[in-house]
Amino acid sequence: MIYNLDFVGKRKLFFGISVLLIIAGVVSLFVQQLNLGIDFVSGTRLDISMGKRVNIEESKKTLTELGYENPNARVGGKKSDVLIFRTSETITPAKISKVEDAFNKQFATKVSIQSQVVDPVIGRELARNAIIATLLACVAIVIYVSIRFEHRFAVAAVVTLFYDALFTIGIFSIFQIEVDVVFIAAILTIIGYSINDTIVIFDRIRENFQKLQPKKWDELSDMVNESIRQTLVRSINTVVTVLLAALALVILGGESIRNFSLALIMGLISGAYSSIFIASQIWVVWTWRSMKKKSVSA
Amino acid sequence: MKVKRGRIVIFIILSVIILGTVLATTETIWGRITKGLDLQGGFEVLYQAAPNQKVNTDILNQTASAIRNRIDILGVTEPDITVEPPNRIRVQIAGVKDQKKARDIIGKPAQLTFRDPTGKKILLKGTELKPDSAKVGYDQNNQPVVEIQLTNAKKFEQITRKYIGQSMPIYLDENQLSAPTIVQAIPGGRAQISGQESPEAAQDLASLLNAGALPIKLTEIQSYAVDASLGEEALKDSLKAGAYAVLAIFIFVIGYYRLPGLVAVITLIAYGYLVLLVFDALNMTLTLPGLAAFILGIGIAVDANIIMNERIREELRYGKSVRTAVKIGSKRSFLTIIDAHVTTIVAAGLLFYFGTAAVKGFSVSLIAGIIVSLLTAVALSRIMVNLLVQSNLMNKPSWFNVKEDEISDL
Repeated sequence: MIYNLDFVGKRKLFFGISVLLIIAGVVSLFVQQLNLGIDFVSGTRLDISMGKRVNIEESKKTLTELGYENPNARVGGKKSDVLIFRTSETITPAKISKVEDAFNKQFATKVSIQSQVVDPVIGRELARNAIIATLLACVAIVIYVSIRFEHRFAVAAVVTLFYDALFTIGIFSIFQIEVDVVFIAAILTIIGYSINDTIVIFDRIRENFQKLQPKKWDELSDMVNESIRQTLVRSINTVVTVLLAALALVILGGESIRNFSLALIMGLISGAYSSIFIASQIWVVWTWRSMKKKSVSA
Repeated sequence: MKVKRGRIVIFIILSVIILGTVLATTETIWGRITKGLDLQGGFEVLYQAAPNQKVNTDILNQTASAIRNRIDILGVTEPDITVEPPNRIRVQIAGVKDQKKARDIIGKPAQLTFRDPTGKKILLKGTELKPDSAKVGYDQNNQPVVEIQLTNAKKFEQITRKYIGQSMPIYLDENQLSAPTIVQAIPGGRAQISGQESPEAAQDLASLLNAGALPIKLTEIQSYAVDASLGEEALKDSLKAGAYAVLAIFIFVIGYYRLPGLVAVITLIAYGYLVLLVFDALNMTLTLPGLAAFILGIGIAVDANIIMNERIREELRYGKSVRTAVKIGSKRSFLTIIDAHVTTIVAAGLLFYFGTAAVKGFSVSLIAGIIVSLLTAVALSRIMVNLLVQSNLMNKPSWFNVKEDEISDL
């Protein structure tokens, strides 16, 4: 079944699909931006665990009585037992105790509260710092891969890595899934996978290139197709194993880790897709061009 | 071919040692690892030096050690205090019961001052307190007081002489603690701070004074507090998820790769165990981003096994004997795996060097994971597969999930 798939022949189709996906993400980023979590917006977030189902109307009333007008509150948690309340005010620990007392009294329960007070400057600094660190990491990858492989592999790998990061960020923007600091860790993980995945395929392409010494376009594209086919089972199996881990985290992991795992799943699929349909294709097109140039000048 | 039992025995002994060590000691090691506050409850506060004061890395370090002294008052173990130049200090404490009290104690500058009757002019600063001299005592009305001793007794005597008959209020930062009236000049440099609500409050103040004042004034710019029960729940959920995930991965790997799959599972167990050991040895805190890197590490370790096994199966399909296929497959896949690992280490190293806080935590765990993966998924895996193959017992391609009709006749 997989022995006659022509990846290189369909490259224009997949380039098209990839570009469309990225454009959709970028448009969404411009139009509706990201749904930024508390880490990037100033104020306070309280996660109030009720120990039972949240009565949102009563909860809002209680918050209003505490002096928070028109509270921005929603229900979260696996059993709908967590009230998530966000405000642009800073809620001090003393005030949090008041909230706790009021909820204990109102709902005859023992609530536990997780609080987060944020200066948005810090979250933005962290994001900016992560972006700069990632860019420098990319430069290092380009240098290392250029030395071990060659520059065409290096550039194709880094383009792919950007694609995966942008794809995941785009999806989060399109579906307005909340983005917090842990999301940065997810993007870093995705980049880690993406580079790992791409290098393995490139390694096979390099090996076959030296073995077969393709001269014509057909030989070159067959060689790349063959390399992808040879590594395909590995690509699929690796993604399946890691997806198993990520899926378990989405289904069973707590609230805090769910968005992280979602990002991971999208990034993993994107990473497997892009190393075959983007990285390898960029390399084959670029290599063919330089081969033609060389033969013309020769 | 003759079956070499010795190799099989070595394989079994090796497996038993690995699994036995893991079963016997994992719980202890897991207990020793500091869990981040997102997994255990606790809080994090990011302090920034208030503007208009001199701040440099030295002063920040002094402040950090003063904060550490104060946290000792709370009796909490292993607080995580990081100086983030130019002007910030991050304090993370897991497992504190009374977070409000903790934050009060940590963030106060706790500058003790003796002032003139108007309360405006500072006569004497608490930095001139004798080390560890503050203690709780009781006055003639049996009310708790804090007794302190000053290093410069003469200066204190002169000041008290000057203000005989007037009050000389004692301030902690901008709060007036008490305003004793000076009846006579006080020799010996001893003073009492009355007006304590309870013996406990008096003890807290005494401890705070002994811990020393903070060299600079700090403001809380960010905080994050997780209720202990919520943190526990997050950890329980993650562990449960992790257990199911690991089980699913094991079933998949053994189901697909058969014999080498079993080896992969043993090396993965060793991988998880060694990463925990590294966390313990380096005193690293396990947080959600760290957990993320751990999952990435599992993926990379599984991948190394998969790459090698796919390569072996490929050689088997070309009609090679199991022994030759394993030899060639391990050799050919080696450089691939090294390149993939090194590229990721290079990236993680730079993230570590340039990143802060969460990014740093992530990259440290990732680097640890990759190095351990090289040891287990690459070295240990090869040793174990070779033991099995050289025993001549497992010499059929079907042990590697390669069917007879897949093998080409060439």
